[in-house]
Amino acid sequence: MHAPHDETYLNARVGIRSWLLTTDHKRIALLYFAGITFFFFIGGIAATLIRLELITPGPTLGSPDFYNRLFTMHGIVMVWFFLIPSIPTTMGNFILPMMIGARDLAFPRLNLLSWYFYIAGGLITIAALLLGGIDTGWTFYEPYSTFYATGYLILAVFGIFVSGFSSILTGLNFIVTVHKLRAPGMTWYRLPVFVWSTYATSLILILATPVLAMTLLMLLAERVLHVGLFSPQLGGDPILFQHMFWFYSHPAVYIMILPSMGVISEIVPVFARKPLFGYKFVVWCSIAIAAIGFLVWGHHMFVAGQSLYASLAFSFLSYLVAVPSAIKVFNWTATLHEGWIRFDAPMLYAFGFIGLFTIGGLTGLFLAALPIDVHVTDTYFIVAHFHYIMVGGAVMGFFAGLHYWWPKITGRLYPDYWARFAAILAFFGFNLTFFPQFILGYLGMPRRYQSYPPEFQIWHVLSSAGASILAFGYALPLFYFAWSILRGSRASANPWGATGLEWSTRSPPPPENFAATPTVVRAPYQYDQGKPCMQAGDV
Amino acid sequence: MSERAIGFQYATVAQQREASTLGMWAFLATEVLFFGALIAAYLNYRIWLGDEFIAAASLTKVALGTANTAVLLTSSACMAMAVMTFEAGSKRAPVLWLTATALLGLAFVVIKASEWWLDYQEHLIPALNFDLARHGGVAEIFFVFYFCATGLHALHLLIGISIVAWLATAIGRGRIVPGGSTTRLVGLYWHFVDVVWIFLFPLIYLAGRNG
Repeated sequence: MHAPHDETYLNARVGIRSWLLTTDHKRIALLYFAGITFFFFIGGIAATLIRLELITPGPTLGSPDFYNRLFTMHGIVMVWFFLIPSIPTTMGNFILPMMIGARDLAFPRLNLLSWYFYIAGGLITIAALLLGGIDTGWTFYEPYSTFYATGYLILAVFGIFVSGFSSILTGLNFIVTVHKLRAPGMTWYRLPVFVWSTYATSLILILATPVLAMTLLMLLAERVLHVGLFSPQLGGDPILFQHMFWFYSHPAVYIMILPSMGVISEIVPVFARKPLFGYKFVVWCSIAIAAIGFLVWGHHMFVAGQSLYASLAFSFLSYLVAVPSAIKVFNWTATLHEGWIRFDAPMLYAFGFIGLFTIGGLTGLFLAALPIDVHVTDTYFIVAHFHYIMVGGAVMGFFAGLHYWWPKITGRLYPDYWARFAAILAFFGFNLTFFPQFILGYLGMPRRYQSYPPEFQIWHVLSSAGASILAFGYALPLFYFAWSILRGSRASANPWGATGLEWSTRSPPPPENFAATPTVVRAPYQYDQGKPCMQAGDV
Repeated sequence: MSERAIGFQYATVAQQREASTLGMWAFLATEVLFFGALIAAYLNYRIWLGDEFIAAASLTKVALGTANTAVLLTSSACMAMAVMTFEAGSKRAPVLWLTATALLGLAFVVIKASEWWLDYQEHLIPALNFDLARHGGVAEIFFVFYFCATGLHALHLLIGISIVAWLATAIGRGRIVPGGSTTRLVGLYWHFVDVVWIFLFPLIYLAGRNG
């Protein structure tokens, strides 16, 4: 019954069909990696053009209309086709079943189907953006989006609608898997935090995405049929659109950040050689963020004509959701205390995450405060804030996880020197790109404008200079990861000395993950004098 | 494709059955939020536009709506009987009950379509022939919601009818036998579509008729 020792999920079957029709969660994760990387670079090219455009106060590369299409493309691609699926569909798909000692997700064929939904939705939307693009921004605010915007809005929105099925099916699959496929002895409080945070993310995926689906359907109905649902000229309520849009899109921010928090919670104990401080707090903070995150959407609408009392309630709840996030930061920091800290590349990315997320989170408190938010709404302060969360947080977490699990996924090591260099480059490039934008915003520079007063130019030039460094930081891994696949030395089963189940099987894993279903004997992150105490015990 | 075969990721049939059941409940939770968003938007206008919106609701055909409620509730009873008799080991009875379920579902769609035909004749269909001068802009918004809600519900019902027809055939040919979860899952979906209607019926038909 034992497979030959050199059989892995990569070489068990060959040919293009064995990939495109695979139901192996590990192969599907790699399919997602391909898609995610593609869309990340499409969105990145748009970002590069935006930063080039903003080097001068007037038009640089093209017309204002071209600029509008550029930032819309950047937003749509990055939000729906990179950030939201990024960690759950790649590392979640690959690692989550292994972490709980399962052989696959609960519904492998559904998993493959969700990849096809993702790719189809992505290609439809990309087609719309390349055929001429749209100029609404990624938020599609009414009534502009239905009665004034030009371009292939219907096609782009339809693509996003299709990709929503991918989100829902992925979330559903993870929830059922975590509930029903845990190995013997894997109790809820023995689950690695990455599993908990992916679970919390999945709850948001299945409960928020359908609201976006309905909102987009209503938007399409209005745009195609010219019947009143949101547009004031037809008797509708444009604020209702904003409510419905943000009911999804604010929790979507937590879809982006919770998986990253899970990754960081895995990495910090491993490289500090200590149990995660306050495991249960971290776990329940994930659930709390997912739950409270559903109740804060109105802070996007403080100046939109929402009632003052509603704004007060949303302001309070927005402060409240910061508490579990702060608890997590304290717990990661406390984990470091008196640890044997190693500064490998995953840990450097994790440090980057903690620092940048903290800045993003603290500036989020500014924005939860009504009077300050009124001052900086729709300025670069907002842009800087959410990029600290989404790029400084979510993308740093993505790279942290990628570097952490790369040896497991590929069975190869990468050059640590270059990886650490890329992590540091990305950290400094990021700060140089986005810190000046806080200042720009506070001085009054509005977002989504191609032209600006000349006195802002110095900050824009600094930002663009930072972006070029950041771009190097993001492109570098492409090269050393490619080198790693071709020339990298073989990785052992557990190169980092971590404790999770995924490290107790070979690198890369065999098709069935484990030779025999593991039995779990202890909580994660246990170390004895710096030596890992594996979760899987002797049967 | 016998459903008794266990997926390689499962240890026992019971584990597989529990996983499928939880998966269906999670899917239905998604559906609740999907319809919930539409209903929340509807209620927003109901409160905001007040009497005019409620007056528009009185243009709906309450007799047909009530008849359809009875038809759909009866279909759910048939579905419940199908699941019970199937799990009791009978083969003929569940096929008959499922056939009744599908036929009642079809009856619902036919009644619904005739209702839409009457709406068409009264120029109540937005984007197609809505008579703005006669009914007013607020009524148009009501009927946009009416067609979105009943249309999406009918779409779900048509999918349900197809699945029930497939299930009846599969049970009849002995391809699905007790022990699996397929029949129960189809039942859950069918009851959910029924429950959506239970919410839509008072919201749409009874709103304009509360005295």
